[in-house]
Amino acid sequence: MTAKAMLCRCEDVTLDEVMEALDAGHHDIESVKRYTGFGTGWCQGKQCVVACARLLAQVTGKAPELPITPRPPLHPVALGVLASLGDDEEG
Amino acid sequence: MPRVVVIGAGILGLATAYNLAKRGVRDVLVVDRGYLCGGASGRNGGGVRAQFSSETNIRLMRESIEICRDFATEMKINVWFRQGGYLFLTRTAARARDLEENVALQNRCGLPTRMLDPSELQRIVPELSSAGVRAASFNPGDGVVFPWPFIWGYARAAKDLGVSIRPFTEVVGFEARSGRITGVRLRPTRLSPLDATDEVLPAGDVYTESCDDVVLCAGAWSPKVAALVGLALPNKPHRHEICSTEPLKPWLGPLVADLSDGLYFSQSMRGEIVGGVAVEPVPEGINQQSSRRFLTTYARALVRAIPTMAGVRVLRQWAGCYDLTPDGSPIVGRVADPSNLTLACGFMGHGFMMAPVMGRLLAEHVATGETSPLFARWGLDRFARGELEHENMIIG
Repeated sequence: MTAKAMLCRCEDVTLDEVMEALDAGHHDIESVKRYTGFGTGWCQGKQCVVACARLLAQVTGKAPELPITPRPPLHPVALGVLASLGDDEEG
Repeated sequence: MPRVVVIGAGILGLATAYNLAKRGVRDVLVVDRGYLCGGASGRNGGGVRAQFSSETNIRLMRESIEICRDFATEMKINVWFRQGGYLFLTRTAARARDLEENVALQNRCGLPTRMLDPSELQRIVPELSSAGVRAASFNPGDGVVFPWPFIWGYARAAKDLGVSIRPFTEVVGFEARSGRITGVRLRPTRLSPLDATDEVLPAGDVYTESCDDVVLCAGAWSPKVAALVGLALPNKPHRHEICSTEPLKPWLGPLVADLSDGLYFSQSMRGEIVGGVAVEPVPEGINQQSSRRFLTTYARALVRAIPTMAGVRVLRQWAGCYDLTPDGSPIVGRVADPSNLTLACGFMGHGFMMAPVMGRLLAEHVATGETSPLFARWGLDRFARGELEHENMIIG
């Protein structure tokens, strides 16, 4: 894999950039996400989080981390659809 | 040389540490219970504005915006700063009068804020439905940033000057002697299974770092930390939710904020529409969980304001905590007991935008021991004296 390999295609985050975050001492997945921006685009990490978590595990020698905190909605939903829904209980 | 422990590696803690180091106080340790950007500093909408109702906030924010403008050059990091202005609007007569008074005050402070007539409102945001809008004000100098790189910029610059930053390190107690804190008791932590909860998991033994000064910048967690040294703070955490849509080509100039329902939204330099709305009631205490009720309330308010947004999709929602005080103003400065503890909390959801200027002022306060008139007014003892502050330009 070359350094310019795209790990997060939605936000154009390359292998190089994730390695730079790890080299800078960010050894947990939430920090790597916030340092590089991976997983914040269209797919919300569905395509890239595994690759990033595996890289982190390889570099730190620790067991693979928990996934990044999932952010609802599971799939993109149009505001017009959300506006037509009733209110839900807290949660 | 004095050793300073800063509690909280959010933007305010990091900005204070950076400015301390710039002044030559380089033995600074910043600790945080979680990861950087894990609290409100990584969860806010990135708004930076000088449209406030108190002269203090207006003048401070003018300076903060100037720091934001130079930040990328000084820190060598792109913070996606964009000055598209803030457009406040209201649908009630009472709030319309407030806006007019605030604009007059802002003009006296040198801001170019102006009231907008309906045609000008339409010109600035043609997509906005002006039905029911009673008044609107606009300051072209307000803007938005992307919060995350701001944090990394301060963190890197502080480290380059010798500051130590220790994430995943929780304060579990203090050692005090003769009314002074002599040591901070710390414990390593790790991520909890879901960061939406208020939990970090212990991951090591408690140890003590000695200190000459302590600065508490822990945002919504500040009352919990202060209680460990026997100090009762009147702040309360208050959950605020926010969401982001798919990226769109640039079309929205200003951040739009409706004071009647707490709706606000802006377009980031990444193209996403980022915004939120007031939702009450919220769960007690620190809570960073997302609710569906927020999403439906926000969607209704936004589609009412901008009907063409109906077809735009929400990509993600998240939550963070405002740190609210009884009078809507921050709590800053040294306290009487322990005498080497400086507070910097209660920023009412404005902590991020105020940190660039407050970091400078706090560093000066800690390094010189001098109390400015601002710090005297914003001190914790104002509540005991009954001399409260006022601010009515609070969103959500």
